[in-house]
Amino acid sequence: MSAGDTIIALSSGSLPSGVAIIRISGQLTRTLLEAFAGGPPRPRHASLRTIGRNNAIDEGLVLFFPGPRSFTGEDCAELQVHGSRAVIRALLSALAAEPGVRLADAGEFTRRAFLNGKLDLVQVEGLSDLLAAETEAQRRQAGERLAGGLTRDIALWRETLIELRVELEAHLDFSDEGDVGTNLPPHLATGIAELAKTLEHAAARYEGGRIVREGFRVALAGPPNAGKSSLLNALARSDVAIVTSEAGTTRDIKEVPVELGGQLCLFVDMAGLRDTDSLAEAEGVRRARMELDRADLVLWLEPPDQAPIAPPETRAPMIVIPTKGDLPGADAAAISVQTGQGLDDLMTAIRKAAELAIGEGSLLVSHERDRQALLHAAGALRNAGERLHLPELAAEELRRTTHSLETLLGRVDAEMILDRLFAGFCIGK
Amino acid sequence: MSGKAYDVIIVGGGHAGCEAAAAAARLGVSTALVTHKRATIGEMSCNPAIGGLGKGHLVREIDALDGLMGRVADAAGIQFRVLNRRKGPAVRGPRAQADRALYRAAMQKAIAEQPNLEVIEGEVDDLIVDHGRVEGVALLDGRTFGTRAVVLTTGTFLRGLIHRGEETTPAGRLGEKPVLGLSKRLEALGLQLGRLKTGTPARLDGTSIDFSMLEAQPGDEPPEPFSSLTETITNRQVMCHVTRTTAETHRIIADNIHRSAMYSGRIQSRGPRYCPSIEDKIVRFADRDSHQIFLEPEGLDDPTIYPNGLSTSLPADVQEAFLRSMPGLADVRIVKLGYAIEYDHVDPRELLPTLALRRLPGLYLAGQINGTTGYEEAAAQGLIAGANAALAVSDRAPLMLSRTASYIGVMIDDLVTRGVSEPYRMFTSRAEFRLHLRSDNADQRLTTLGVETGLVGPVRADHYAKKARRLVAGRALLETSVTTPSEARATGLAVNADGQKRTAFELLSYPDIAAEDLLRRWPDLHVIAPETMAQLAVDAQYAVYVDRQRADIEAVRRDEAIAIPDWVDYAAISGLSIEIRQKLTARRPATLAQAQAIDGVTPAALTLILAIIKRGALRKAS
Repeated sequence: MSAGDTIIALSSGSLPSGVAIIRISGQLTRTLLEAFAGGPPRPRHASLRTIGRNNAIDEGLVLFFPGPRSFTGEDCAELQVHGSRAVIRALLSALAAEPGVRLADAGEFTRRAFLNGKLDLVQVEGLSDLLAAETEAQRRQAGERLAGGLTRDIALWRETLIELRVELEAHLDFSDEGDVGTNLPPHLATGIAELAKTLEHAAARYEGGRIVREGFRVALAGPPNAGKSSLLNALARSDVAIVTSEAGTTRDIKEVPVELGGQLCLFVDMAGLRDTDSLAEAEGVRRARMELDRADLVLWLEPPDQAPIAPPETRAPMIVIPTKGDLPGADAAAISVQTGQGLDDLMTAIRKAAELAIGEGSLLVSHERDRQALLHAAGALRNAGERLHLPELAAEELRRTTHSLETLLGRVDAEMILDRLFAGFCIGK
Repeated sequence: MSGKAYDVIIVGGGHAGCEAAAAAARLGVSTALVTHKRATIGEMSCNPAIGGLGKGHLVREIDALDGLMGRVADAAGIQFRVLNRRKGPAVRGPRAQADRALYRAAMQKAIAEQPNLEVIEGEVDDLIVDHGRVEGVALLDGRTFGTRAVVLTTGTFLRGLIHRGEETTPAGRLGEKPVLGLSKRLEALGLQLGRLKTGTPARLDGTSIDFSMLEAQPGDEPPEPFSSLTETITNRQVMCHVTRTTAETHRIIADNIHRSAMYSGRIQSRGPRYCPSIEDKIVRFADRDSHQIFLEPEGLDDPTIYPNGLSTSLPADVQEAFLRSMPGLADVRIVKLGYAIEYDHVDPRELLPTLALRRLPGLYLAGQINGTTGYEEAAAQGLIAGANAALAVSDRAPLMLSRTASYIGVMIDDLVTRGVSEPYRMFTSRAEFRLHLRSDNADQRLTTLGVETGLVGPVRADHYAKKARRLVAGRALLETSVTTPSEARATGLAVNADGQKRTAFELLSYPDIAAEDLLRRWPDLHVIAPETMAQLAVDAQYAVYVDRQRADIEAVRRDEAIAIPDWVDYAAISGLSIEIRQKLTARRPATLAQAQAIDGVTPAALTLILAIIKRGALRKAS
């Protein structure tokens, strides 16, 4: 991690919240404000801006504090935006994707402020608390990774990365040795490409991140005419799906974005599940099965006016919902889009399921950090793969890979590489 | 004191001692070099070669600071080869076989010609210490010399013990006495001493070797000198030859392994893994059926051959038997037998980055005594220790090289922060900023600093100033020569037609565009001299990477500039975890950069340490 980077962080409390503040500090602050907020506003004056690089992510107050009259002494900015996970996640991701910009380490704003003479010693000694918190956060994060089964993967990545570096370094430092061949071993390219792919997959596995960024996918499923489309309309409060009382009307998949408690949800309406002779409908059923596999939550609707069918096996959790509570013979707990009965409880249940899937608010940032580390590492590996004809550049890319993954893998230093090298190659004249 | 007083006294006339003495003297202080025998100054006690990968980089850096090794090696070189020539410039390492006698002669001449420097023959038995400061040295013959700083460069002489088969002999080098008194003094200071091992092969009589059946290995033509002040190499150039161990060699060694001092349990200390004995190679890599052995000539008028790759501590009869089992060596005669040597070294974590001991102000250590191996590593430390001794007695700021700007900085930082578990040797993989720390730009990285410090004399200063002006002007011209893709393509330069304007400097970084190609687009670039253009082409090739690392480099440098004073008590800093506290207490980082390099130390912990330093400084001021 470089101290010359421009750093960003969510500096307000846990999410969701009414307002959240993202702080920026460093030499690229102006550049970021130009790219994301239509330019820096008048120094130390709040200005209402649309925030986002190409697409608007949110609207909020933007403040600019040119250095040295700022809290770190560098150019700084604050983005005061809505405190929803989706917004914060999207903004942090987009900002950190800019070259030279990254998420701040714990205490880093304070450190810069102190280095630039902006804080007195008493203030800095408050860092003791921060250090304790840091330890606690690391402990929780480690527990989180353990629970996620990542630990074994991480050990394997580390091992692979060290092996790759050893092969390459042997060719740079010991090319005059009989035990080191003239050409790089052919498996090096494959090994690098495979590790890159593995890391990209791992990054994609950070589900919480995907959910916050792209939305929590809620599939509406059940037999035909169970009331899926009506429920969707009630949830979205607009007529987006064609609703008729004739069974089998919905053949296409429709996604309706709805914000629930600050979280973006994508309600997916699909064809009813039954065996059908209609070709068009059969295609709809096939797509519906695919959607069920992609969903983060399945709402299984059971109407009182049809013979019940067994719900399908799904990867995602499922909530079974009796519908048409306004019809005679309906379940006492059934919802009704006609009377609005049970809809609020359903919303709450969906929101809770989404929060559960995303994980704790405090992990949001660390998850994002891991995901970015994995993506940076994968990028560096791909660069290395393209530069094997210039082995010193490939080696530099592998060094950067290790550096990006340091927080996940632990430090890998030259001594470790040399240890392996001497164990594997007969070096020495 | 019975003898004269000097500002700085160097103990030892090997590679570290010579550079230390010359560096101190170049800084204008009166300097004495104390060594057993004037005639062994500049002796190459192991292989007759200078440079290589990582090591060649060190030689260029020594040269950039106006040290001796590069010029002496150029005067003594009888075969020059740039290793990794087929790879990029960042990992190329110049190397030369040296004529042992010519090397000694050139080094002795350089020492004799150096103003402010006297040579004293004798053995230093003890240091004279008064009130916790070094005040002089006492020789075995009873003479004493007063001084304000001492640089110890005693190599393998501290309690040296030679092993060969079942025999052990106390010795510093073959046939030379070890130094015992100084070891006791160092121990009395409470220093952590360690014990290391190294070895050397037998020397062979070249007239008894049948070279006709061996593969010959020529040097580069023309030879590339080490020193930027050397214009051409004038010595006759010779061949090296390559032979191999055979199944019979391996059998002989395996059958007699119990007679090797290494394997009989006589030697406990750790030897270098990258320079294993032949016994080690046979035991640890039993699946390899043959090892390459390089037959290196020791001199133009000397038939002695150094068989590189055969270091051993087997007894005499076994050495002869296994040597004769190899192609070309059937009738070989041994001139000197191989041996292993164990010696004391000081844990380099006892040192400050100036190479001064923390515990005894005025005492500096350089070379193998610090746990390193290799002539180049020793020489580089000698230069830094000698310079710092001279700067200290002149009340001037110390010379500390950053690991972001030099291999010397990488080495010293590694030594003083991590210590050693085997003899430390330089490899390019030790340098994070390898693409910037190249052997081709050592002068650009260090000579200006050398001039400012006073280490670089007027000849080199002038030579470099002219070169630097040519580079600056050339780069400015390249960066202001701008082309559109269509203009470039019209002159045959392969550039994407993307509408992006590019400078000549950018184009020079393209692997398929050579400097000559640029002349078609910009004929006025011919004003840039070919060697300047070649240097700029290397700079261009790595510019993107070096720029990308610049922020990292600045961060390291800033933290390197913040010293952590000795009074900082980590145990008393609340907020640090027990683990971090223990690590910091054990390693005692000298700077914030060193603390940062310790596993587990977080940015918040660093800020806290910084706060403690500043508060302490404020209290001291008030």
